[in-house]
Amino acid sequence: MAATWRLTTPLTEAEVRRLRAGDLVFLDGRVIGVRDATLIRIFDHGVEPPVDLAGAAVLHTAPNVRREGDRYIPLSVGTTTSARMDRFTRGLLERYGVRAIIGKGGLYLPESLEALRAFGGCYLAIVGGAAAWQTLHTEAIEAVYWEDLMPEALWVFRVKELGPLFVAIDSHGESLYAEVGAEARARLGQILADTG
Amino acid sequence: MVIPEPAFYEAVERAAAETYVKALIDVPADVRAALDSARRRETHPIGTRVLELVALNIRVADERRILVCQDTGTPVYWVFIGSGLAVDGVRLESAIRRGVEAATRDHSLRSSICHPLSRENPQTNTGYRVPVVHFEFVAGVEYLDLVMLPKGSGSENQSFLKMLSPADGVAGIKKFILESVVEAGPKGCPPYIVGVGLGGSADLCMVLAKRALLRPIGSRNPDPAVAALETELLGAINRLGIGPQGLGGVVTALAVHIEHAYTHISQSPVAVNIQCWRGLRAAARVHPDGRTEVLDRWQPPGG
Repeated sequence: MAATWRLTTPLTEAEVRRLRAGDLVFLDGRVIGVRDATLIRIFDHGVEPPVDLAGAAVLHTAPNVRREGDRYIPLSVGTTTSARMDRFTRGLLERYGVRAIIGKGGLYLPESLEALRAFGGCYLAIVGGAAAWQTLHTEAIEAVYWEDLMPEALWVFRVKELGPLFVAIDSHGESLYAEVGAEARARLGQILADTG
Repeated sequence: MVIPEPAFYEAVERAAAETYVKALIDVPADVRAALDSARRRETHPIGTRVLELVALNIRVADERRILVCQDTGTPVYWVFIGSGLAVDGVRLESAIRRGVEAATRDHSLRSSICHPLSRENPQTNTGYRVPVVHFEFVAGVEYLDLVMLPKGSGSENQSFLKMLSPADGVAGIKKFILESVVEAGPKGCPPYIVGVGLGGSADLCMVLAKRALLRPIGSRNPDPAVAALETELLGAINRLGIGPQGLGGVVTALAVHIEHAYTHISQSPVAVNIQCWRGLRAAARVHPDGRTEVLDRWQPPGG
């Protein structure tokens, strides 16, 4: 039976290890927004991230914002497709201690799933395209780094009761995406046999 | 032949901006109806929860007039020019470009467009050859229809083209389309509207797959054989079990739209262009004197 968890960042290994694929999570605290350009800078250009990512929940995003003085107001904070950032997963966990990756569409590289298992991490699926709803749960943008990459800067969001997030890949090697994908491929064979 | 007044190009600029913003905020009525029906049909516990959140999200976007999704997309316009309208194409294109820039500036839209090598982002949602503008021509009318499709990247990245052989037959066509949907899986925000191009040349085939996304859900290809293939493929796709957001469920697609063209005797091109659940698009009609109507139930001319 799926469990529902209310968690606050920073996350501990014990908290993440309790989560099982299919569980629901509501998250409070800070979420770090990163995506293609941000992760390319960290891992391909070797620039150290400007914030401590130990225990962090990172979100694959690039929001719509309005600048007011030296602050940014969140206008639309949504989620982008994680598969493009798959290859950075292991580094985020192993090198920086990230505990949760919030995204949509899933992670697929065997080394990503292995990293979630080995280091105690999880992949939390958010409903892609549901940015209006997600923005309601984004209280503020606390900090922005690497503004030259706008909108692919590194964002620090404060979130309140962000959820339900679906535990889609857990730290025990179970992935809902792998299960649904394998089932779809099996059914495809049958459908093709039927349709001719 | 009517030569439009100067106010016409200003109206096109405003319509380009307004349809861009409207498409990002206001989910089309036919897509809402299809999502409501999907929610009633879905049986998977996660799929059901996802579709409830989708409905909640649409409500929040309506009430607060904020974007449905953060992705401002690639601005794509389809312009249908009446044969009775003597349009200056250069002014028209430049008005559309200014409209994109104005919408981006006035609504603090995220700029999602960059140089393909340097990745430099001009922060305008425009650049060399962007916005993407397609032109078609309509006989016997003196107005212009502007249809805006801000194509989200999650679904656009799930684009597939294959030059099949005639010997692959209809079975090969079906197989490629179904394999493409399985490959897209959860990555393009299902439940999908599956745009398919059939025939033509390689370039036309992909344009047709995207053109198919302009059609409202519930519309059928006027060719009965192609319409039958739309129905058959929708049934097959919804047997795959991918479900809303690819987390499992019975609703993987809301619709399959196929647009076709005649092709070369030695070719069988098939293209798939996936659209995410928000199915976003908006249309406006601009008259020669600059009068503009928003068209909530726009249908492509000729079915």
